[in-house]
Amino acid sequence: MTVRRGTGHSLRGRLAAFDSPDAMLESLRRLRQAGFSRLEVYSPYAVEGVDELLGRKARALPLIVVAAGVLGAVGGFFLQYWGMVVSYPLNIGGRPLNSWPAFATSTFELAALTILLAGFLAFCKFCRLPRLYDPIFDAAGFEQASQDRFLIWIAEREGREDGELLQRLLPNGEGVRIDEVPA
Amino acid sequence: MSASPGTERDRKRVVEPGVTARSVTAHVSDLVLERRTPLWWWVGFGLSFGLFGLFLVAVGWLFIRGVGIWGIDWPIAWGFAIANYVWWVGMASGGTLISALFFLTRSDWRSATSRIAETMTVFCVACAGIMPVIHLGRWWYFYWLFPYPNTMALWPQFRSPLHWDFVAILVYVAGSLLFWYVGLLPDLATLRDRARRRWQRVLYGLLALGWQGSSQHWCQFRMLYGLFAALMAPLVCSIHSIVGLDFAGGLTPGWHETQFPPYFVFGAALSGFAVVLMLVIPLRRALELTGVITLRHIDVLARLMLTASLLLSYCYLIEVFMPFYRGEQREITVVTSLLTGYYAPWYWAKIVLNGVLPQILWVRVLRLNRPLLFLVALGVVVGMWIERYVIVVGSLHRNHSESSWFVFVPTVWDWATLAGSVGLFLTGFFLALRFIPMVSMFELRELLHKKKAEGGR
Repeated sequence: MTVRRGTGHSLRGRLAAFDSPDAMLESLRRLRQAGFSRLEVYSPYAVEGVDELLGRKARALPLIVVAAGVLGAVGGFFLQYWGMVVSYPLNIGGRPLNSWPAFATSTFELAALTILLAGFLAFCKFCRLPRLYDPIFDAAGFEQASQDRFLIWIAEREGREDGELLQRLLPNGEGVRIDEVPA
Repeated sequence: MSASPGTERDRKRVVEPGVTARSVTAHVSDLVLERRTPLWWWVGFGLSFGLFGLFLVAVGWLFIRGVGIWGIDWPIAWGFAIANYVWWVGMASGGTLISALFFLTRSDWRSATSRIAETMTVFCVACAGIMPVIHLGRWWYFYWLFPYPNTMALWPQFRSPLHWDFVAILVYVAGSLLFWYVGLLPDLATLRDRARRRWQRVLYGLLALGWQGSSQHWCQFRMLYGLFAALMAPLVCSIHSIVGLDFAGGLTPGWHETQFPPYFVFGAALSGFAVVLMLVIPLRRALELTGVITLRHIDVLARLMLTASLLLSYCYLIEVFMPFYRGEQREITVVTSLLTGYYAPWYWAKIVLNGVLPQILWVRVLRLNRPLLFLVALGVVVGMWIERYVIVVGSLHRNHSESSWFVFVPTVWDWATLAGSVGLFLTGFFLALRFIPMVSMFELRELLHKKKAEGGR
């Protein structure tokens, strides 16, 4: 039975724990070659090379940030233009009402503000945070993933018995441990 | 650890041998989770909290009686509050420069000091943000600075540098808080997973937002952190440039200078590096962090302070040279008054503390002598406050109209507000010391792995 959780993956499967990032990376490569596609890595820091193997790329985040910046700049300038030119024009010695150089700094700052807020919100959305409980937290030894162990979660494949294959791909010992993850 | 390291290799080391990812994680999180609160913490926190109480009294009395309790009067309407504001926001900027700018340059010494610098920034910004509000005569109208729809059909004056500054400081508060918090998330998750007491699990569990450290999380995290760093570095320069424009935008002699924005940014960098040094030097001993905050860190921070001091000294020269070069009479009056007049002792104190004393840091032995370096940094922090004071008061006391020349004499409430704001900062920082990991654990784990891969450190 596959239980879909908010993280987008079924949690039923196996969790292999490694002591070193290099051993984890090597095993991940082997798993990919053996045709496992639904994998996730949990690590105490970002391991170079994992993103390529799992096809992860934060494509949307920079786009959202740029869009937010443009929106913030246009909106920020419009706010000042509206206030100083349209809603409450003040004639001071005949100087131009649309004094855009004087609006430039606040335009930049407001663009920065929208970037900061939109970036953080988008980050939360893509990481599905805040999410105080996730079934993965119940997996044995998961708390080590935020300290010094490198975990690969391998989804159970429908109608296939991968136990033996995994034993071959990820030999126990040498700091590797495989646990079943209940759904 | 020896006081005078032998080889060049020893001096360049950002992590001492024997430090592992596991030992860093255990040590830094145990400081927060397991260790009994040490005596020095209680003493330091007690004193800070006392000063903070003084701040509450000073501000409370101000709220009752108004700004008349201060020494300000026409034409010196900007007294301590504005000098304090510029001083605090300057020190904050130094912290962001370390954590954002040197993230972009991928400097390996940044990892161990960034958390201290960012935490310092957050509480400095808090102190800075309060100052302009309490300086308003009718502080309860401060929300008039927001462009909100109102029945008076009024708008804030968007063309005024003072309003730019309001926007800038608002964005900077939000930015430094978010940058700090995002960088904390993985470490909060580590604390959550290591915590044994229930309140700790609940507290750090809530704060960590459910961080899992999955590849998806790290991928997004790295992108966001890079974007934030790329934004914060120019933002912090813009903040202090705008603070400079607060002054340069006025016609007051001595303020109306095109060099003010970079002049202020250099001063901000100098005072910021000095505060980080003043925090790092005692903390690496008190928190037993000498393994990850090495002499290399001290050396780099001292060099940065020296660089900033040279940049600032150049501005000091220009500040004196330009009035004579232009031949503007009022500006010459202000400069000669600063050099020889009532405020001359203050002026020369700032020159000595910010420009002359840091020059001893050219010598490596002196640079690595921590007690001496601490004193130089303290001198710079005091000197930078004096600089702000001289800029604010020195120009106003010799303005265009001779009939209004006046001398500013601070009252006891001026000093209480200044000392109290230091209490506010230290109270916040001591609390952070107790509840937040003072070193970025995940960055150090990554750094240790990289150093190992490069083959020895």
